[in-house]
Amino acid sequence: MTEQAPGAHHPQPRPRSSAQPASPVEHVTGAQALIRSLEEVGADTVFGIPGGAILPAYDPLMDSSRVRHVLVRHEQGAGHAATGYAQATGKVGVCMATSGPGATNLVTPLADAHLDSVPLVAITGQVATHLIGTDGFQEADIVGISMPITKHNFLVKNADDIPKTIAEAFHIAATGRPGPVLVDIAKDALQAPTTFSWPPALDLPGYRPVTKPHAKQIREAARLITQAKRPVLYVGGGVLKARATAELKVLAELTGAPVTTTLMALGAFPDSHPQHVGMPGMHGSVTAVAALQKADLLVALGARFDDRVTGRLDSFAPGAKIVHADVDPAEIGKNRAADVPIVGDAREVIADLVQAVQREHSEGGTGEAARSKYAAWWRDLNRWRETYPLGYDQPADGSLAPQQVIERIGRLAPEGTIFAAGVGQHQMWAAHFIDHDKPATWLNSGGAGTMGYAVPAAMGAQAGRPDRTVWAIDGDGCFQMTNQELTTCALNDIPIKVAIINNGALGMVRQWQTLFYNQRYSHTVLHNGPKDGIAVDGKSSGGTRVPDFVKLAESMGCVAMRCESPDELDKVIEEANAINDRPVVIDFIVHEDAMVWPMVAAGTSNDEVMAARGVRPDFGDLDEG
Amino acid sequence: MSKHTLSVLVENTPGILARIAALFSRRGFNIDSLAVGTTEHPDISRITIVVTVEDLPLEQVTKQLNKLVNVLKIVELEPGAAVQRELVLVKVRADNETRSQIVEIVQLFRAKTVDVSPEAVTVEATGSSDKLEAMLKMLEPFGIKELVQSGTIAIGRGARSITDRSLRALDRSA
Repeated sequence: MTEQAPGAHHPQPRPRSSAQPASPVEHVTGAQALIRSLEEVGADTVFGIPGGAILPAYDPLMDSSRVRHVLVRHEQGAGHAATGYAQATGKVGVCMATSGPGATNLVTPLADAHLDSVPLVAITGQVATHLIGTDGFQEADIVGISMPITKHNFLVKNADDIPKTIAEAFHIAATGRPGPVLVDIAKDALQAPTTFSWPPALDLPGYRPVTKPHAKQIREAARLITQAKRPVLYVGGGVLKARATAELKVLAELTGAPVTTTLMALGAFPDSHPQHVGMPGMHGSVTAVAALQKADLLVALGARFDDRVTGRLDSFAPGAKIVHADVDPAEIGKNRAADVPIVGDAREVIADLVQAVQREHSEGGTGEAARSKYAAWWRDLNRWRETYPLGYDQPADGSLAPQQVIERIGRLAPEGTIFAAGVGQHQMWAAHFIDHDKPATWLNSGGAGTMGYAVPAAMGAQAGRPDRTVWAIDGDGCFQMTNQELTTCALNDIPIKVAIINNGALGMVRQWQTLFYNQRYSHTVLHNGPKDGIAVDGKSSGGTRVPDFVKLAESMGCVAMRCESPDELDKVIEEANAINDRPVVIDFIVHEDAMVWPMVAAGTSNDEVMAARGVRPDFGDLDEG
Repeated sequence: MSKHTLSVLVENTPGILARIAALFSRRGFNIDSLAVGTTEHPDISRITIVVTVEDLPLEQVTKQLNKLVNVLKIVELEPGAAVQRELVLVKVRADNETRSQIVEIVQLFRAKTVDVSPEAVTVEATGSSDKLEAMLKMLEPFGIKELVQSGTIAIGRGARSITDRSLRALDRSA
């Protein structure tokens, strides 16, 4: 089994200067040119909904044997499905929508993909060129709207430009720092006659991503790594996108340094590896948070010092020198100044670092000697690990602990299962209590924190990887935002499994209200229970069960179950795992007061990480006070 | 905080100005002055941006600008090594008594009188922003009826051209 993310990059169209012969010229309409381009660029799955302006494109799409179109129920679902598809396969995800409201419904998934650097191409119909700017029916300036939330976007008014623009869009989306690209095509351009020939010439003189790292910077980084006493490899999502997980393992084992993987990088380094110290950040493991705070060197690989990782920036990793490698030069020094900046593709950077560290070892003594320098560091790390492991309490009333539900789903999942999480408490528990050991098996909305991501993203992942089991771990709040895509799943043979971690509340917001707003639960109770979500007789209020998720799921063609007690837990999960011909939804009624720990309160320093409520870890600095 | 002049070469495509302006506002950078125009190459426009920022944010400005797909090249023009000019057109209140004094000031600053009417004189002046500021300070007591000012444009001194290499890149891809 290879450590690399599966799937091949789409075939790259080549610049005109290369000598590849173009295919014979075909006389087609703009719409046909669009579908032919999608075929040639290797887009095998498109998620979308037709409408007036994009309608011409749907006619030839019906005849394409190479492009499968999945008719979703909301354009947001199309966007997240394309994202899930891209994250699970490593290929560019594609979604399609009509002008106006169709296009604006893509705004959330575009923003989401932009913040998480997901390669996506969104194709939208636009009103005919003579109507552009006149407030025509279903006109929205989606190029203007999506400018700040896409890597790039295009407005195509001429049919002749369609193949070139599609080729450029896929090239931009997939190369350098990946990201979403929107192509808005006027209806008359889709209808006009044109010619099609592949590959078209790319015309992107201003787009030159740097992938090859600078040798001098690599040597300097290797020198710092071998000199450090308390280094940490701080691994971000860029390592997954660059398919550099095999190289990362070599580097980690060569150096002996601890590895922390961010929310976007779970699976880039096996959780089960002894050098893995957990996830950093607001809800990171105590060991990972402390490791960053006490480190004398951070080697940031494809990570961007996000505020959810650093906490208060001015007290983040105060004693650490910074090696910062990223394919996007603008990330380096954006939040934290780098002592050694490295611009490059994470795979090339890590491969070069391995060689440079090996050279340092052979020049400056043996590798073992260098590694034993970290012995004291590992004593600290291991002490924190043993003292503050991730854990949870079973509810006293015998109800289900949400953490246990997620943990069991993870344990009982078949090999290679892909997990897609929504946003909130369940997302953090899924990050903690599922063993993330393989790349491209953990999908979530990290940067944008988009509630409603899980179901459509799982759908996209399942469409791209029909061979895998796909579990969506969702909250009852998230689920009510995008569950209509279960209909799409049921009708299109996309048998995802959904676990609703149903605590009857917007759990993460409720947790903040518990901790910071005197337990005043303003508008976070989703199911009005007997006493507005307050436990009665020590029992969690199950609420009114409006909506009834079992009935709702059944009505959308899913197998649906409900689980309320730990005794039933394994049985329902195994039952769900055994179903492969339909989507399955399980409504897990869990205790509403469970909280996510550890936690660094927003705006505070990572030094103030709380292992549990009222429990500030002892890093050996408490004795002084 | 210090002033920096950036020359940004861009593909002459629709919406490029919107992309740049949106980037500045989204990232919270303030533009002091902005001037856009064509270059010797019809496919390339040149945008001169003056920003007042610290060094570190300036690095972010240029890096973020560089990420725009239609941006070809960014050069910071150091004041000592570049010629920087602004254009101002100013309508000054004038009567028979003050007109000659105004014309005298105009000559001192090597500006031009481009329009004269019984109640006003219109003055055209080019120069560095310091020079123009000094002139306007002298004209102010007469009464400024209307003023329009261009953004700064700038070009490096010496024989070297910042467009050469970008043109070659453009030729290669075309």
